Amino acid sequence: MSLIALLFSFGFVIFSFFLSQAFKLGLGRDLIITSIRATIQLLIVGYILNTVFGFENPLAMILMLLVMVFVAAKNAAKRGKGLPRIFWKIFLTISIVEIITQGFLLGLQIVPATPQYIISISGMIIGNSMVIANLFLNRLKAELEMRKEEVVLVLSLGGSVKQSIYPILKQSIRSSLIPTVEGQRTIGLVQLPGMMTGQIIAGADPVQAVRFQLLIVFMILFAAVLTAIILGFLIYPGLFNKNQQLDISAW
Amino acid sequence: MTTEVEFINVSKSYMNQHEAVDVLNGVSGEIEKGSIVTIIGPSGSGKSTILSLCNLLLTPDEGEVRIRGKDVREWNIQELRRRVGIAFQGAPMLTGTVLDNLSLPLRLQGRTLEDPKKYMEFVGLTEDHLSRQAKELSGGQRQRLSLARTLVNDPAILLLDEVTSALDSLSAHEVEELILRINREKQTTILWVTHDQSQAERVGDQTWLVIDGKVVEAAPTKQFFVKPKEAQTKHFLELRREYK
Repeated sequence: MSLIALLFSFGFVIFSFFLSQAFKLGLGRDLIITSIRATIQLLIVGYILNTVFGFENPLAMILMLLVMVFVAAKNAAKRGKGLPRIFWKIFLTISIVEIITQGFLLGLQIVPATPQYIISISGMIIGNSMVIANLFLNRLKAELEMRKEEVVLVLSLGGSVKQSIYPILKQSIRSSLIPTVEGQRTIGLVQLPGMMTGQIIAGADPVQAVRFQLLIVFMILFAAVLTAIILGFLIYPGLFNKNQQLDISAW
Repeated sequence: MTTEVEFINVSKSYMNQHEAVDVLNGVSGEIEKGSIVTIIGPSGSGKSTILSLCNLLLTPDEGEVRIRGKDVREWNIQELRRRVGIAFQGAPMLTGTVLDNLSLPLRLQGRTLEDPKKYMEFVGLTEDHLSRQAKELSGGQRQRLSLARTLVNDPAILLLDEVTSALDSLSAHEVEELILRINREKQTTILWVTHDQSQAERVGDQTWLVIDGKVVEAAPTKQFFVKPKEAQTKHFLELRREYK
């Protein structure tokens, strides 16, 4: 795509801006800022990827992956502000999910071990894990606010910390996975996934593109389940103090 | 008589929007084994906090709470909470049947409840109730179930937090009778927070008046209501009579 064509596509944003102004939606500023931000971020990533793909040294790639996990953890940690060591727990969760998923893909030689594949697929894994971590923390907080009484009841009857929180943890894990599972139900029927569309536009055989997309679907489901479970079990002990009392006042 | 519960200069505060608010301030007192202590006082005076300190659902900031001579923080927490049972005002129930809720204390220990009927009958419920959804029971039935569930742990001390305040007068009377029977038959020591002063007078051996986080007066119940010593107690009891 030429730069001129890209420039023309910015017309969509301008048009949305005027619609927002006309109907007084108050979104104009956000639309412009978001679009410019996306442009700058993607351009920078494009150049970085170009450079990383050029390096022979795998350290450059690992560094890039670490930055991606760091940014994702930083973003998701905002939802858990006040929880002890929340950033590191999310960082660890996403790292484990990334290592296990990539280990599986590369170990079984499902995808070639080249930076092009590893970084692109990692982007999907890490981004998806970040969204799941966000959803999980949101849900856990809401559930705890609603069902605090149940936790205290189980503790008061001599239950352990884990026994008191387990039903809530389970519900939060399930709820955080619903959008991912639901999203895969209509895949291909309503919208074609972005990566598959990209491959088809770039001239790939649609059947090959579908195979690759299926790999991504399975991988995303696995990564989502793993993220919610690991994060759940890393977080729950920090919701209690040493005297086994629910202590979420700082959250 | 042996001392079952002992408060030694206990203070507790809560953080309320970055500001510490004192709830209890230097509470001291002793409770004899097998006795019923009724705790009265205005809303927000710290009555429920006194209960929660006894089974370490809250930790004192200063001072000590001793159960059978041992600081609550030195107990195995699970054992302490089984030994010192609590029944809450709203009788909270977990989703599931009456049996699920009744057997919860033993399930938490990986055991099964052998004789649910015995507990149901003891609190005046029938075996037919066992398969019903616990959340569908009436207020009085829930409170009975809540007490039965606490009794499954066979507690030596029972903490009651306004257990009859949400009930109609008949149910309240029946639950009250049930608690007195528990005390009689099992020699259970009871700390009973109530806003109902006539109830406190009826059921208590000792009565404590708590105002602004302090025990203003602790005396044998009869003496407390007939011949209170403290001016604040007299004023508090008069207010209630005027209100009536």
